[in-house]
Amino acid sequence: MKIIVSVKQVPARDSVLRVNGTGKWLDESDLSYEMNEPDAYALEEALQLKEKLGGEVVPICAGPQRAAQTIREALAKGADRAIHVCVEESGAPDAFATAQLLAAAVKAESADIILTGLQSDDLGYGQTGVILAELLGYAHATIVMEVAVQGDTVRVKRELEDGWFQNVTLPLPAVLTIQSGIKKLRYATLMGIKKARTKEVKTVSASELAVDGTPSATMERVYLPQRAKQTQILSGDPKNVAHQLVEKLRFEARVL
Amino acid sequence: MSVLVILEQHGGKWNRLSFEAAAAAKKISESLSVPLEAVIPGSGLDEIANEAASYAFQKISVVDDPLLQQYTADGYAIALEQLIRARQPTVIVFPHTYQVRDYAPKLSTRFGKALISDVVAINAQSGEPIFVRQLFQGKLNADVRANGDPQFISVQAGAFRAAESGGARSEIEKFAVKLDPAQIRSKPEEPFREAQRSVDLTAADVIVSVGRGIKEKGNLPVVEELATVLGAELAASRPICDNGWLPMERQVGSSGQTVAPKVYFAIGISGAIQHLVGMKGSKTVVAINKDENAPIFETADYGIVGDLFEIVPAVIEEIKKTKA
Repeated sequence: MKIIVSVKQVPARDSVLRVNGTGKWLDESDLSYEMNEPDAYALEEALQLKEKLGGEVVPICAGPQRAAQTIREALAKGADRAIHVCVEESGAPDAFATAQLLAAAVKAESADIILTGLQSDDLGYGQTGVILAELLGYAHATIVMEVAVQGDTVRVKRELEDGWFQNVTLPLPAVLTIQSGIKKLRYATLMGIKKARTKEVKTVSASELAVDGTPSATMERVYLPQRAKQTQILSGDPKNVAHQLVEKLRFEARVL
Repeated sequence: MSVLVILEQHGGKWNRLSFEAAAAAKKISESLSVPLEAVIPGSGLDEIANEAASYAFQKISVVDDPLLQQYTADGYAIALEQLIRARQPTVIVFPHTYQVRDYAPKLSTRFGKALISDVVAINAQSGEPIFVRQLFQGKLNADVRANGDPQFISVQAGAFRAAESGGARSEIEKFAVKLDPAQIRSKPEEPFREAQRSVDLTAADVIVSVGRGIKEKGNLPVVEELATVLGAELAASRPICDNGWLPMERQVGSSGQTVAPKVYFAIGISGAIQHLVGMKGSKTVVAINKDENAPIFETADYGIVGDLFEIVPAVIEEIKKTKA
């Protein structure tokens, strides 16, 4: 079973986000990066599928040089080899542009199953997996909680709205977007980290892939949202703010 | 030239977001001075199409086919692709539902476009709509412009007040699609619920809700005590329930319960949109978070920027004092 996992590198969750001089993206100079958390769950699912069924897990990541660190992390956790689609320009290509690169890079791999997180924590388009499936001509399912491979099909449990679920069976090959939190994430072991250094990473540059890179949408401006509501920020030491808060709740909002 | 809104129904019942999407579509159609049309995909739609007719669409296309009885991404994408190629709308507006997230990117790919997903506002004065999306789970906004038609957008829950019925009667037209069972690759089973919920957060007057900021399960007693002194229900954002620190039935948000208490305490919750849609109907919102840029402060009436482990105990003391 060949399992490809699409992972993205995104600014770390606690980053302080500053808009850069162009006003169109972030100042990336002092950001630190990490694996997009939903993709970490997709990787975990892939590693567990391999443990059950055998085969190999191949992470693919489209991103600049720095994404190599996220790829090493995936290898250290137990992936077998990796593909790095090296994108030179900084900024934020949308899901359509990224999925085109990924599709071109994985086509020849003839994967049985491709997993990815249900969305990215930076742009949050939530579409890369679905577009990838369409470009490759694979079936897909989104927001998947459980995966059971049965011969040349896969039966998945999908999450629907308002506490509803649904089982769906798809023919392989298929693309699944994995819901976060469904399994406990493993840590890379020391041995894993050591082994990762010797594993193969195939680097392809985006320009080699002959993809029509015309973006279908343009981010014209990135900015801090305006406060829609008048929020009263209470300040002082903890004892003092607690006192103010309880006073406000009792006599201003009259809810206590 | 038209703006086309996709109305979502399941077994003859509306997804309520459909008419919020219709309101967004109306705004775009007015700014572009083009007609507003709607489409309803599914099977056995006569009654529900009749209901939609009172919303003053120029035209409602009913895509009624037995193969659309049960939702599949293949069925919906094939059927709607045929309709869009025939009607050639300029902008196609979807409600941002789980179903739309499943098939709309597939459909837009067939037109060489990304779906501009999860739009929270539309700036339409210039005659060319600018769509506002959230980035970094609401920490930043982005103005996005589509490059060329057709433009595909989906509208976030709660961003637009739902359109109201009572306008001129819409023309209803059946649109026949060519669908072959062999084209539908996935085999869906009947939807199900796991277990009846034993906790009804929707009935609570006061809710104390906790998020990632609590750091570990062992710290939960801090917020449990606050809930106890307030006589409140304890709730949580998704990551807390995913970790198994609190049961799933205490989750507030798009995949949990939607609540509207008198007071909602958001403690260590950054305020991702999936959480906000579940609690923004609360009368008064108190947010305690160490990150002053956390989007929860957009929704809060009272905000405290600081360490919850210092502030929550002080609030508990203060409430005890008023009760003494």
